[in-house]
Amino acid sequence: MSVTALGAPAETQRLVLQKKAQDLIFGTIGVLVLFVVMGLLLTLVSDLVVDGAGRITPEFLTSFPSRRAAQAGVLSAWIGTSLVMIVTAVVAVPLGVGAGLYLEEYAPKNILTDAIEINVSNLAGVPSIIYGLLALGFFVYALGMGQTILVGGLVLALLILPIVIVATREALRAVPAGLRESAYGIGANQWQVMWNYILPSARPGILTGAIVGLSRAIGETAPIITIGALTYIAFLPPSPVSASPPFVNFDWLNSPFTVMPIQMFNWVSRPQAAFHENAAATGVLLLGMTLLMNGFAIYLRYRLRRTVRT
Amino acid sequence: MTTTGSPLSEYEALRASPFLRRGRVLAAVMKVVLFACAALSVVITAAIVWVLVSESLPFFREIPLTTFLTDTEWTPVFTNARYGILPLLSATFWAAGIAMAVATPLGLVLAVYLSEFARPGVREALKPILEMLAAVPTVVFGYFALLFLTPLARQFIPGLSGFNLLIPGIVMGVMILPYVVSISEDAMRAVPMSLREGAFAVGMSRVQMAFSVIIPGAFSGVTAAYLLGFSRAVGETMVVAIAAGQNPNLTGDPREGAATITAYIVQMSLGDLPHGSLAYSTIFAAGLTLFVITLVFNLLGFFLRRKFREAY
Amino acid sequence: MNAATQLRSPAVSTPLPLAIPGAIPGTTDAQIRAQVSDLNFWYGKFQALHGVSMPIHDRQVTAIIGPSGCGKSTLLRCFNRIHDLYLGVRYEGAIELMPDRLNLVGKAVDPILVRLMVGMVFQKPNPFPKSIFENVASGLYVRGIRNKGEVEGRVEHALKQAAIWDEVSDRLKKPAYELSGGQQQRLCIARALAPEPKLLLLDEPTSALDPIATAKIESLIDDLAEQVTIVIVTHNMGQAARISDHTAFMHLGKLVEFGETEQIFTSPQAEQTRDYVTGRYG
Repeated sequence: MSVTALGAPAETQRLVLQKKAQDLIFGTIGVLVLFVVMGLLLTLVSDLVVDGAGRITPEFLTSFPSRRAAQAGVLSAWIGTSLVMIVTAVVAVPLGVGAGLYLEEYAPKNILTDAIEINVSNLAGVPSIIYGLLALGFFVYALGMGQTILVGGLVLALLILPIVIVATREALRAVPAGLRESAYGIGANQWQVMWNYILPSARPGILTGAIVGLSRAIGETAPIITIGALTYIAFLPPSPVSASPPFVNFDWLNSPFTVMPIQMFNWVSRPQAAFHENAAATGVLLLGMTLLMNGFAIYLRYRLRRTVRT
Repeated sequence: MTTTGSPLSEYEALRASPFLRRGRVLAAVMKVVLFACAALSVVITAAIVWVLVSESLPFFREIPLTTFLTDTEWTPVFTNARYGILPLLSATFWAAGIAMAVATPLGLVLAVYLSEFARPGVREALKPILEMLAAVPTVVFGYFALLFLTPLARQFIPGLSGFNLLIPGIVMGVMILPYVVSISEDAMRAVPMSLREGAFAVGMSRVQMAFSVIIPGAFSGVTAAYLLGFSRAVGETMVVAIAAGQNPNLTGDPREGAATITAYIVQMSLGDLPHGSLAYSTIFAAGLTLFVITLVFNLLGFFLRRKFREAY
Repeated sequence: MNAATQLRSPAVSTPLPLAIPGAIPGTTDAQIRAQVSDLNFWYGKFQALHGVSMPIHDRQVTAIIGPSGCGKSTLLRCFNRIHDLYLGVRYEGAIELMPDRLNLVGKAVDPILVRLMVGMVFQKPNPFPKSIFENVASGLYVRGIRNKGEVEGRVEHALKQAAIWDEVSDRLKKPAYELSGGQQQRLCIARALAPEPKLLLLDEPTSALDPIATAKIESLIDDLAEQVTIVIVTHNMGQAARISDHTAFMHLGKLVEFGETEQIFTSPQAEQTRDYVTGRYG
């Protein structure tokens, strides 16, 4: 080719131009697809906001669901979501970090480890509704726990466990090897090295993963529906804190509940447009929460990368 | 300084130190605890299989497997109940197929663009947008499909029902896009730089390089991305439960509504389901079917991805 | 066999021969802090050390030199069993602490206890992402020394030993990362000194530092040698010549020559050593 190119500069120029044009066209298509995707996301957000923003009032946040759309609110839903998330975080984060720590730092290279790795990866791909069936058959009926906040939190914790595990492992892999050696070098044992040195260093990365996992859990609807959580809850669970000793109380764990996405699903499934407004308003709140959490996670990761680089 | 003195007695003293002994015990205990955390994933999988199988056993005792797999009607709550999973399966595959029809070309273009065309700064700026897209709750996508896109599309597509498979399928395609793009892009970026340089050296344009070197080079990784994406679409619940309707319908027309496996489970869960009833065990039979399908695709995807990682 | 004898090398009953291969004639046990005897080491199937034998003299600086890949760092890392962090490593032979022949690489010996007795400073300054004070105190904490007064006293002593006290005494609570590279490395030396180790291992401690910081560390090593036994790996022959009392020259996992530093640099016996110290290769 170079021979002909040398012989015919015009021909070369044409070829170069043709290739440049090809690249330009593909680059444009790429950007176009991106714009379509972004446009869709924007349309979705603005559609929700247009439909629902008018309903987001203090009364909406402080009212129970109602048969009259205009008086209905998401009080029980957002309190339910908050309490369920507490359970999910308390269960999923330690278990996920523990599993990630084991797989990354302790696990010998053998068949058992391999089996666990395949398992974790497969669990990440199990549809969320299957977790709901697991919870229905196991927690609700086999263990007789009923449709409670505890069960809701547990099922979402199992669901996001693979996310926390994968994030933990990535965060651990980013810890410089020198830190590990110097910590062992002072005579620390394996657990001391992990607890005092490795985990603190991996904390921002683990936190990012935990937030992403929790934001996924906040929006999950299917497993909560499957365990048969009621959609009409016009009361609040017992308060976790009280004015008299012992100040904390765990009765709320055994309380029935509803969560934001269930409330939204309930309203979107009704024929009346007025309820659709409520659904949109709930969607705005839900979207706001998940995007905020993800934005925070992205920011954390960005800051983390910057500090690692310098 | 203790440079003098007996090392052996110091060693013995250290070994006998109650503090260090406690540390050793704690370290040993934690090792077991951490192993238990990791092994929990195996327990969860086992529990899933156990629950799905044991709870659907009553169903399969009543209904022969051949009927389940070949009957063309699914009407478990009717008086003359029929138990053929085909209508649910067909709707599931229709919706997931449409999702793939959207996600495959868009995902390929985006992955190639991000991996080969976008400058690092641009890529860093664009990835969060995809992550945000992935963060949108599925119930919100369902709302969007049912109350925005479907009414809009009905003005252009004659015969499109209020509940249909087409629109939720398209929305699911967009939903799995970030996931598919992220895995395929990882695969493409793992293709060694030397192959790219080789392609440029023989005078290829970037597009030619991408399609004749990068995509073939990353083929198993990209295929894994699609397998995993398909598995997600099959298991996706809320979009189809909201926008595809809850009526089992063996149809060849995606403009009609039809319940998927997941939508059926949702619909039944919303009603009163007495534990132990045949209706109760139908959702586990449906769930078991779903689990087997996604398991096959997940494992295929997992091993393809691992094979790809080993190749580079 | 009681627990104590298991820790020693098998030939516990025979007294150590005075004329160890490579040792200087006339050396006695009293002056030897540690004795490496016929040490072999494997990474998986790859044998990285072949029958290394050499003494480490008490309160002196022993330098290990040789071209890169010769096994000098591998040898040093045997002394505190840091190799044990990785899978598939194997030791044969002995590194015995004198006078009672505690075999650091013995199978029954707990590597964590070895690390408590043998301090190490790495190539790249690697302070913990904690405060200056906590860095130095970390070696005390892992031994269970928590008494505030004792910890403060020993941290101050170690920082003074490492000649960095004057620079950091007013900012002990500040993160160690705020220090310069040379200061960080001296902080790491203080961290290793605080628990009063039997041996102090330095793995190319100045390779990541500028000449001025290097000079400070070298003079610090000189001063420290009066109080603690030091083994240093260096790729810098000038450094070995300046600060060490004895020098070991290694090549391809074997100890080629061991002797007083002056002898190694002025009248090396082996041809390889001569070639290396005169700069013909390496």
